[in-house]
Amino acid sequence: MFGDYSIGDLGSIFVMQGFAGLILFSVYVLMALGLAIIFGQMGVINMAHGEFMILGAYVTWMTSNFFQAFLPSLFSGYFFVAMILAFFASGALGMLVEWALIRHLYKRPLDTLLATWGLSLILQQAYRSIFGAREVGVELPQWMLGSQKVTDSIEVPINGIFVMCLTLLITIAVAYVMYKSRWGRQVRAVVQNRIMAGAVGINTERVDCYTFGLGCGIAGIAGSAFTMIGSTGPTSGQLYIVDTFLVVVFGGAASLVGTIASAFSISQTQSTLEFFMSGSMAKVLTLLAVVGILMLRPQGLFALKVRK
Amino acid sequence: MSDDKKRGLDSPLRRKLLMGIAAIPAISMFGGPSFAAGPATSAVNTTGLAVTDTEVTVGILHSATGTMAISETGSIEAEKLAIAQINEAGGVLGRKIKIIQEDGASDWPTFAEKAKKLLVNDKVAAIMGCWTSASRKAVLPVMEQYNGMLYYPTFYEGLEQSKNVIYTGQEATQQILAGLNWIAKEKGAKSFFFVGSDYIWPRTSNKIARKHVENVLKGKVVGEEYYPLGNTQFNSVINKIKLTKPDVIFTDVVGGSNVAFYKQLKAAGIDLSKQALLTISVTEDEIDGIGGENIAGAYACMKYFQSLKNENNEKFVAAFHKMWGEKTVIGDVTQAAYLGPWLWKLTVEKAGSFDVDKIAAASPGIEFKGAPEGYVRIHENHHLWSKTRVGKAKLDGQFELIYETADLVEPDPFPKGYQ
Amino acid sequence: MNDNARFVNRKELMGILVLAVLLVVILPLSLDVFRLNLVAKYLTYAFVALGLVICWGFGGILSLGQGVFFGLGGYCMAMFLKLEASSPENTKIQSTPGIPDFMDWNQITSLPLFWKPFHSLTFTVIAIIVVPAFFAFIIGAAMFKRRVGGTYFAIITQAVAAILTILIVGQQGYTGGINGMTDLRTLKGWDIRPDHAKIVLYFFEVALLFGCIFIAQFIRRSKLGRILVAMREKEDRVRFSGYSVANFKIFAFCVAAMFAAIGGAMFALNVGFMSPSFVGIVPSIEMVIYTAVGGRLSILGAVYGTLLVNFAKTSLSESFPELWLFGLGGLFIAVVLAFPNGLAGIWGDYIQPRIDRLFASRKSGSDPKADSKNGKSFGPVADGAPAE
Repeated sequence: MFGDYSIGDLGSIFVMQGFAGLILFSVYVLMALGLAIIFGQMGVINMAHGEFMILGAYVTWMTSNFFQAFLPSLFSGYFFVAMILAFFASGALGMLVEWALIRHLYKRPLDTLLATWGLSLILQQAYRSIFGAREVGVELPQWMLGSQKVTDSIEVPINGIFVMCLTLLITIAVAYVMYKSRWGRQVRAVVQNRIMAGAVGINTERVDCYTFGLGCGIAGIAGSAFTMIGSTGPTSGQLYIVDTFLVVVFGGAASLVGTIASAFSISQTQSTLEFFMSGSMAKVLTLLAVVGILMLRPQGLFALKVRK
Repeated sequence: MSDDKKRGLDSPLRRKLLMGIAAIPAISMFGGPSFAAGPATSAVNTTGLAVTDTEVTVGILHSATGTMAISETGSIEAEKLAIAQINEAGGVLGRKIKIIQEDGASDWPTFAEKAKKLLVNDKVAAIMGCWTSASRKAVLPVMEQYNGMLYYPTFYEGLEQSKNVIYTGQEATQQILAGLNWIAKEKGAKSFFFVGSDYIWPRTSNKIARKHVENVLKGKVVGEEYYPLGNTQFNSVINKIKLTKPDVIFTDVVGGSNVAFYKQLKAAGIDLSKQALLTISVTEDEIDGIGGENIAGAYACMKYFQSLKNENNEKFVAAFHKMWGEKTVIGDVTQAAYLGPWLWKLTVEKAGSFDVDKIAAASPGIEFKGAPEGYVRIHENHHLWSKTRVGKAKLDGQFELIYETADLVEPDPFPKGYQ
Repeated sequence: MNDNARFVNRKELMGILVLAVLLVVILPLSLDVFRLNLVAKYLTYAFVALGLVICWGFGGILSLGQGVFFGLGGYCMAMFLKLEASSPENTKIQSTPGIPDFMDWNQITSLPLFWKPFHSLTFTVIAIIVVPAFFAFIIGAAMFKRRVGGTYFAIITQAVAAILTILIVGQQGYTGGINGMTDLRTLKGWDIRPDHAKIVLYFFEVALLFGCIFIAQFIRRSKLGRILVAMREKEDRVRFSGYSVANFKIFAFCVAAMFAAIGGAMFALNVGFMSPSFVGIVPSIEMVIYTAVGGRLSILGAVYGTLLVNFAKTSLSESFPELWLFGLGGLFIAVVLAFPNGLAGIWGDYIQPRIDRLFASRKSGSDPKADSKNGKSFGPVADGAPAE
């Protein structure tokens, strides 16, 4: 299939394809980080993760409308405000959900799945009633559109770079919070041994609540960022949920490094395969490979060794 | 067909009807329904449908929930508008139309179940509904078994014809061929790249398009790609497009994927004012979600655009906005859904009966001059004669009409040489 | 204690009889054929729910991919029916008569090899049972031998459901794609569409359902069932006692898959088509919900749960088409939070004791204590959920 093209063409395509894989990687990491915290650290199967993302997207949409109407001069910078708002909106909703629903279910992890599935139905219908069944279009500031020419034939999309930087930033922030801050130590202590953590004076309930809120808040940021590349509608969140769970499980649930490694391998496999076959088959093969490897190595790529 | 025309002119009822249609907008301004006494119920309803002396029941069957609600909302709105207008204009055979709305919930078996409920329990005289091919395929055996009448609004892949369905949208050849001809002539296009969602409509449409490109236009298809429904990552296919440098990108991506595709296309630096892109899956409804700035410059091949300049359409758009809000946009399928109740009313009045068999028999040749898209007529094969139009997407989310076929295009659901 | 050794105790027999009266007498007499056909459709999901009681309730294995097996069974049945509906006479307008219409649309000119055996009904019936069981065996063997369980297993089965959906949709020339296989007409020349056929199919399905209930009951009462429960509670201790935990899990999973497949096949017969929308993640989770609403430990509860949720779904969506998701979502949350043992829990905790008391006060000669104890054991155990 490559006979007709020059070496230069092929070279730049491979560069761009590699870049496409990197964008996909960033998207996966961004999707999965929030879930890695909630599922990986707390063991809660949050099926409403996609809906928390879409909440972030709707917040972004509302912010952009607000800026267009009242602060048109600052429109080019609205996206940063929107992301912060999205974080707090999704995070607050997450904490509310944790308080009302999840905290009763920590001993029954499989039941969280059912409860959050019900929650996701309710949220979807709420979005539909509030924002309408149609998708909304989020208008982006001019500087975020288009692409940057690197050489004559190599162009990289600006929003791709933006997503990558954002992912890097958030990953570093999460890693810092989880592994360096006092609060992160408390979270990990609670994960490893709830009773002992309580015994040494950690307020486990508050830690749980904030952890869940943090995970949902990151989902909100992800949703906000995805308005650049995807759709915003009541059911858009469902598009992400399976991929997200697979990334987290494949990486090994309790490991942040694992999540990143698994996002990297899945995204590179998929984007490479996509280049050689149709998108549908690429997806099937990628999923099959992931499931196959999980059968051989059920604990995921990186497993945290703890005594149970 | 010419027979029908003659018959149509001979019939005094028909002439009265046409006058009636011309008067609709005027009546709708005054409101205040005035129902003339129609013919006796026993005469117009011999099969036990839900028709009383003052009312006739019609079903609306679309997804109000689930992934398809995004698309089907417009159709529900258009059908309700048409029925409200018909009622204001005196109803059908002196009877007011009562609506029973059911939710297909984006789930094909639910569609079949609800269609059966509408026909068996509610005994509706006709059903306006379905959107996706899958829902229609699920409903079709039910319609045939219980002898119902379905008015189906969406442009679709063809390969189907039923006594019990009137297809008010275009079938594939009607939608695609004229557009391809136009873009080949206008842009001198020789090479085409196809991108579609992975299901029957894009695959069949692309098959027809490929045959046309290769056999008639003597061009070349340099790529044909399919992605699962709901896919949100298109960077790989965009790279392939960059590699193959086609004259035209031909797309039939649907749903949420659509938004992702155009956003990423724009982000990858493909400028639609320089790169020709012809789509058969983007209407004004979709642009709402995609954002005008992401798709401006693309060409869409449809039979209706909200921006069409004609009297019917201006009234239709005004009435639609009055009923559903100023911001609501009207796409191709929404307009086709609007045709359903009207065509049914005209057919009932021509047949002088609500009986499904008589309506099926009377349908060919029915003309609707009040259609927003302009004059349409029902073909013997229960599809519509209609024009094919090409529009160019603008920043504000509307299309600018670029080209329309001079004559109505004949519907051909089983095209020879394209199978 | 003696009761446990028997296959069914008196209380359970009563429960089964009540259900039988409801399904065989009350519903057919009180509903018209259209509603009865809806009940038949709901009951096809009850098979899946029954299977889930065995593998999730007893065994603690939550599978979010039961739609896969429902779909496999349904597709096997649908392939047979589709072939019969695509006789050369029926399909003479096609460019290749005698093959299903969707193949003709996709330029397939001869019947694919894997379709050919489905000309035979015997083969089809065997395939409905064997194919899903085989798949379940492969998945189960790969996972349980490596001690994958709990949430991991749930998510992997979910991925399997996603894979199969994409495959079916993508290979539309062989599977009918997203439209599925529609317009199924006859079974060995017997038209499955008219009303009297629907009634016959309904009773056939109810008979099958009771067959499955008895199998489930048998598993529950046998040593096997007790090992499953023991495994759910403390897997390691069972393993140390010398049992092969993986084999028992695989067995439970396979039984659940077979039940689901029977449901799928009955679905294709009753509804007249099959589509990938039953294979995916959403229907699979909904099927788990039916079990949860009924009470995951209760065999009969699974049937009632399925009927209740589906009735609610149908009637809510008929009266409030735009709001029914709120109701459905609320129901799931309520079941999980307030009634973790579902309908069976409500019955066992609130209603049954009252009935017992009522009877006890009337005829004080009997031994109410023993009865109410049995009632408890039939209902769920107090702590409910499997600890993982």
